[in-house]
Amino acid sequence: MDCWRGFIPGQWKDEIDVRDFIQKNYQPYEGDASFLALPTDRTLKLWGKCRSLLAEERKRQGVYAVDADIPLNITSHPPGYVDRDLELIVGLQTDQPLKRAIQVYGGLRHAANACQAYGYQINPQVEEFFSKHRRTHNEGVFTVYTPEMRLARRSGIITGLPDSYGRGRIIGDYRRVALYGVDRLIDAKELDRKLTGEEMTDQVIRQREELYDQIQALQDLKEMALSYGYDISGPAQNAVQAVQWLYFGFLAAIKEQNGAAMSLGRVSTFLDIYIQRDLQEGVLTEAQAQELIDQLVIKLRLVRHLRTPGYSDLFAGDPNWVTEAIGGMGVDGRTLVTKTSYRVLHTLETLGPSPEPNLTVLWSKNLPRPFMEYCAHLSITTSAIQYENDDVMRPFYGDDYGIACCVSAMRMGKESQYFGARCNLAKLLLYALNGGRDEISGEQVGLEMPIYPGEILDYDQVMHRLDKQMDWLAKLYVNTMHVIHYMHDRYSYERIEMALHDTNLTHFIAFGIAGLSVVADSLSAIRYARVRPCRDESGLITDFEIEGDFPKFGNDDDRVDMIAVDLIKTFMRKLRRYPSYKNSVHTLSILTITSNVMYGKFTGTTPDGRKRGEPLAPGANPMHGREEHGAIAAANSVAKLPYGYARDGVSYTFSIVPSALGTNESERINNLVGFLYGYFAQDAHHINVNVLNLETLREAMEHPEQYPDLTIRVSGYAVHFTKLNREQQEEIITRTFYKRM
Amino acid sequence: MGLVHSIETFSTLDGPGIRTVVFLQGCPLRCQYCQNPDTWSMANSSAKEYTAAELMKIIRRGIPYFRASGGGVTVSGGEPLLQADFVQELFTTCQSEHVSTAIDSSLYIATSQLQKVLPVTDLFLADIKHIDPEKSRELTGVTNQMNMNNLRLISDHHISIWIRYVIVPGLTDNPQDVTSMAQLVKTLNTVERIDLLPYHALGAHKWDLLGLDYKLHETQPPSSQQMTELAQLVHSITNKPVYWQ
Repeated sequence: MDCWRGFIPGQWKDEIDVRDFIQKNYQPYEGDASFLALPTDRTLKLWGKCRSLLAEERKRQGVYAVDADIPLNITSHPPGYVDRDLELIVGLQTDQPLKRAIQVYGGLRHAANACQAYGYQINPQVEEFFSKHRRTHNEGVFTVYTPEMRLARRSGIITGLPDSYGRGRIIGDYRRVALYGVDRLIDAKELDRKLTGEEMTDQVIRQREELYDQIQALQDLKEMALSYGYDISGPAQNAVQAVQWLYFGFLAAIKEQNGAAMSLGRVSTFLDIYIQRDLQEGVLTEAQAQELIDQLVIKLRLVRHLRTPGYSDLFAGDPNWVTEAIGGMGVDGRTLVTKTSYRVLHTLETLGPSPEPNLTVLWSKNLPRPFMEYCAHLSITTSAIQYENDDVMRPFYGDDYGIACCVSAMRMGKESQYFGARCNLAKLLLYALNGGRDEISGEQVGLEMPIYPGEILDYDQVMHRLDKQMDWLAKLYVNTMHVIHYMHDRYSYERIEMALHDTNLTHFIAFGIAGLSVVADSLSAIRYARVRPCRDESGLITDFEIEGDFPKFGNDDDRVDMIAVDLIKTFMRKLRRYPSYKNSVHTLSILTITSNVMYGKFTGTTPDGRKRGEPLAPGANPMHGREEHGAIAAANSVAKLPYGYARDGVSYTFSIVPSALGTNESERINNLVGFLYGYFAQDAHHINVNVLNLETLREAMEHPEQYPDLTIRVSGYAVHFTKLNREQQEEIITRTFYKRM
Repeated sequence: MGLVHSIETFSTLDGPGIRTVVFLQGCPLRCQYCQNPDTWSMANSSAKEYTAAELMKIIRRGIPYFRASGGGVTVSGGEPLLQADFVQELFTTCQSEHVSTAIDSSLYIATSQLQKVLPVTDLFLADIKHIDPEKSRELTGVTNQMNMNNLRLISDHHISIWIRYVIVPGLTDNPQDVTSMAQLVKTLNTVERIDLLPYHALGAHKWDLLGLDYKLHETQPPSSQQMTELAQLVHSITNKPVYWQ
């Protein structure tokens, strides 16, 4: 059978060019959700089995089983099934659902500690081999780190760095497997290999080695698929195969990499072309189309990685960021929404709410209104969707980009990212006051200067000091990232994900800021109120007395909002002054994941009135309780943060009780659409929407077993509320929930 | 200058769509269930003076949201018509910038004041406190004759009206009274909908803070069943959409 029968030909036939294939062949859908089908019996049975497994996993402290013996790679484990007869799409990371296996290349210690934490012991031979004979990424980094880097890491000025775990944030273009089959991809890579530079520079040698590894990974991918009974050397012939081929590509990646964020990309509209063809050929019904998507999504909900409990303090709720970007507009003005965009979102109804996959709607003011309304309906009923502004991203990334993790855009198969977690800007402000000494440990960490001498904090003097500390931090941060990514490339190279990219790539290097609103409010307090520093016996400034009121971020007040804007611009410019690893493009995120709780814990009292140990606000959020004029004023403040300077994303989390959105369902939908429209019309980048009653959250804290599906959006992703620790739950409950008295 | 109690930039319950609500300071009524007794006195020290131009700066920041949701500006209070000249000034600017305008009022105000704002107001949210003059006096401190005349005047001017009526068990929930209220509403030409608001005690702590004596500590919110029944009753008489939540 001709695999490409019925497709409109184009450049995509001669080159690896999935975007061209999509543009030539997809059918935009501007209608409403009424065509959607209910889940099939087969889906419900399979999902029922999975739900039992998930319940059992919860009972076992969140880890169902661990394979501590065999390090996981593409071909390491025999095929695994949930129920072979019920599964339409097959493939598990190990031989059993929810069983997590060790991935050692990122770091031996991380793997060993994770095993131990859940009552297993890592295979002693593996441990011995990787201690004596083979260095891992983690050890590579630590052999090179300078004392200054170690100190910065330990004191929490730069934290969450991917130096002991997989960096993730790289999205293979898994669609290529379906469209071209693996052999064709191997041929393309072989050709690239032939055409590498003639002079054996470091770069050429490295590229040749990487291409060798990529080709090997593609061979392994074929072998793994074959173990499930599928020959994926050629293109997919129908929709079921297209989903299966694509999923095998993704599965290979999550077998081999325990990355923070293993995202799926942008597959819905691609798959729609296959589904549409099958529907037209009369070999698929709408119920079967939904079944196919449901079955794929079930698999995406079963992705598991073995991680240490410490990891969960930063990235809570066992997330994998299987992010799927849905919708958006094409550069030609046609919407990229298709029926399969709906089908993927509809899984929140057929299978119930879930944090994974991380469903990300690419918002545009030109999206079809019925699609906006369906998304709003799902936000109101499930709180499981995030929205990102296609209108601000499209100019940078075109119309075939995916979202890695939470908010990081990149062209599919053409751009990639070096992930760099974030620095704690709130702590840096305290370093500026304390002459680089840590306000908690007293150690000299930052740039040495005298402790601020005056009785009252003077804005210009504090800004001058902060500027110097930023210079110090920017240089250290860029250098630290060099070390991490050099070692990751060397010891834990993402060979299958990179095999599903073009050989010549643009790389981003993603830095991040935590504590933006705390610093903006602190500087505003210093400028508009009187802030008197209080010193401890050693002379360190550890507390503040604030006299008078001051403008606070989150009230649409330029006096403080522009301070936040300037902080972002200044820090970004400083980062750019230092050459990056492999000449990648510097980017910056205002995103914390759930680490704002952890970072707050290790940050002293700040001049805005926040006490030592209290959480920072998540992402770009205003500090909770400081928004005095309601949600639009708060959203407008966030919308001012310039995406062009923070291209790795500006994350805002918005929570509201259902009754504050309107009197009835149709009003609520209309008003949520209006809110999103107004926010994004001002070039805002991202929003998480939670529509929940606080009473529900409080009840779920007391009776978690009754709320296994309760999903809540945190900074850039979603979690099962009951998988958060108590502190993280408390932090969410104290956040601003917009309501009406 | 207007004396402003507070500003809420995102309300979905004070007229259609997303609305910026300006709560004006001062109220001649003393409703027993009042949620915002801190809006009563014109002398409240936390109230802030704004010029219409200053408020417009804030309101304009909501325009993209208003456009997408069919929203606009609502002045509420307190009793916003105590500052009718200011409302007139503000709404004149709003209308010149195509921002739709609404007033949330008990209409206990001299008709001469009301007339100032009629030409610049798109919608009235008319709070009928009680239909019976004597019971109204007991509930709010004043009788309701002026309110009823004003309501008729608005209707005669072809301006849309949304009726709001708070259901307070023991005070306003007598089916007889609710029937009379609905019958009056039926005679008005421009009523688009009726919202029945179940009483709740969430404002009680403010009374304590202000040293006021809250008389409804013992009063329980109405049951959903009672709300449903009253909503059906009002609907059966008026044949208008009746909402409650």
